[in-house]
Amino acid sequence: MTKKILYPAVLLLMGILVWELAVRHMQVPHYILPAPSQIVKTLILRQSLLIHHSFVTLEEIIVGFALAFVVGVGLAFLMFQFPVLERTFYPMVIGSQTVPVFAIAPLLVLWFGYGLPSKVVMAALIVFFPIVVNTLDGLKCADPDAVNLLRILKANRWQILWKVRVPSSLPFVFSGCKIGVSVSTIGAIIGEWVGSNEGLGYLMLHANAQMEISLIFASLLYLTALGVGLFYLVVLIERWAMPWKKSSEIGS
Amino acid sequence: MDFPRSNRTKLSIREVEKSFQKEGSWLTVLHRVSLCAHPGEFIGILGPSGCGKSTLFNVLSGLTRKDLGTIAIDDKQVESGLGEVAYMQQKDLLFPWRTIRRNVLLGPEVSGDMSGATQGEAERLMARVGLKGFEDHYPTELSIGMRQRAALVRTLLLHKDILLLDEPFGALDAMTRSVMHRILLELWMEYHKTVLLVTHDVEEALLLSDRIYLLTARPATMRGEITVSLPRPRRVVDSRFVNLKGEILELLQGELEKVFG
Repeated sequence: MTKKILYPAVLLLMGILVWELAVRHMQVPHYILPAPSQIVKTLILRQSLLIHHSFVTLEEIIVGFALAFVVGVGLAFLMFQFPVLERTFYPMVIGSQTVPVFAIAPLLVLWFGYGLPSKVVMAALIVFFPIVVNTLDGLKCADPDAVNLLRILKANRWQILWKVRVPSSLPFVFSGCKIGVSVSTIGAIIGEWVGSNEGLGYLMLHANAQMEISLIFASLLYLTALGVGLFYLVVLIERWAMPWKKSSEIGS
Repeated sequence: MDFPRSNRTKLSIREVEKSFQKEGSWLTVLHRVSLCAHPGEFIGILGPSGCGKSTLFNVLSGLTRKDLGTIAIDDKQVESGLGEVAYMQQKDLLFPWRTIRRNVLLGPEVSGDMSGATQGEAERLMARVGLKGFEDHYPTELSIGMRQRAALVRTLLLHKDILLLDEPFGALDAMTRSVMHRILLELWMEYHKTVLLVTHDVEEALLLSDRIYLLTARPATMRGEITVSLPRPRRVVDSRFVNLKGEILELLQGELEKVFG
């Protein structure tokens, strides 16, 4: 465990050291590339500003993720139960994924406004795909012999769904959630770039215009922390929801 | 150790026929298969691998429809044994997300009989097969032999008179298998179940069964029937056991040649 943390930590520290020395030695202007020490200074001095905008982005991501989860899992169940719905919706789900969110971001801002809703929809659009596809696969891949075991017991459709298909789909659902939560920041940030007056994406654009490059880096650090934190939150929920899985099988 | 057996028939299968369509042509898997089992009788079904023994059990348990023939349980004709038989396979099919206790109680849970009596029976049976202290463990934490014992308890707790056992010990090593044989025989005598055991192991069939049916290679059809009147517990070195084994192997020889050339 110590080695698992030690090696990347040493590499990171060395990288930061080289960066710091290079910037000082070559006298790179701060509006091109700030030194790590300068970024740390910004992190401390602009803390309240960064925290405020982080919460805005966090809210967009969480609400967007929740929306995608509810709609995605719900649609996957419906498609599983009614094959006609699968034939109808599945090509559309795939088609929707081929349209880059960047391309429709201006439209979404036009329809849903400058505030929270347009960012929520954007994050949800990105998160939705891995969740719906993985959940549907999970429901389908239940062991047919396990399903037959319940059929021999004269179990009804709902008992088979609830006692076999749902539990055996859980690892897939969580895979979808982990992929989804990792890309959810993309949706929120694009939404903020296209039109907003709050959030880390907005802050980065603003800092860029003001040539405050160290503030961009500081925002990026906050954004990374948000993404990693949310990812491990999903891993924690996964462990809680599937106590039968050894922790080594999860998260790595 | 034998107990008196009635002349009634618990299960009878007559002239059952089953074909599957495969790449345009019909493949007959079961051809006029007939057998019967008296209440409390232990029937072995021997045949080469892949001869359609599992199809026979799928038809009996109602997972597959037969094409022709009749099935009767307690002298009443039925379409299949759906809801009347318990089925156990080589795969233990324990649900990884359930503890051993919740796994063995799957049947009562589905049928809505989670009475105190049933739960007490589950505890007693788990202790009986050596799973005491493992009731709250997940299947992945248990050895393959323990998992198979849990599967056996789950099968008994389905509370069906007829048990279909499809090579249940096929994946176990010789030592573990012999322990399972003893446990199975004890529980069979205690519960007076009618057992149909499919196996391709002649010794296993001889150790356990009252009667053995021999199936041919595909399409499966009845090749012969042997009554094993040896007292239990049986020993593989007993001269009568050895003679019977030779007799069966001779009968099967032709079938084995068909399969292995």
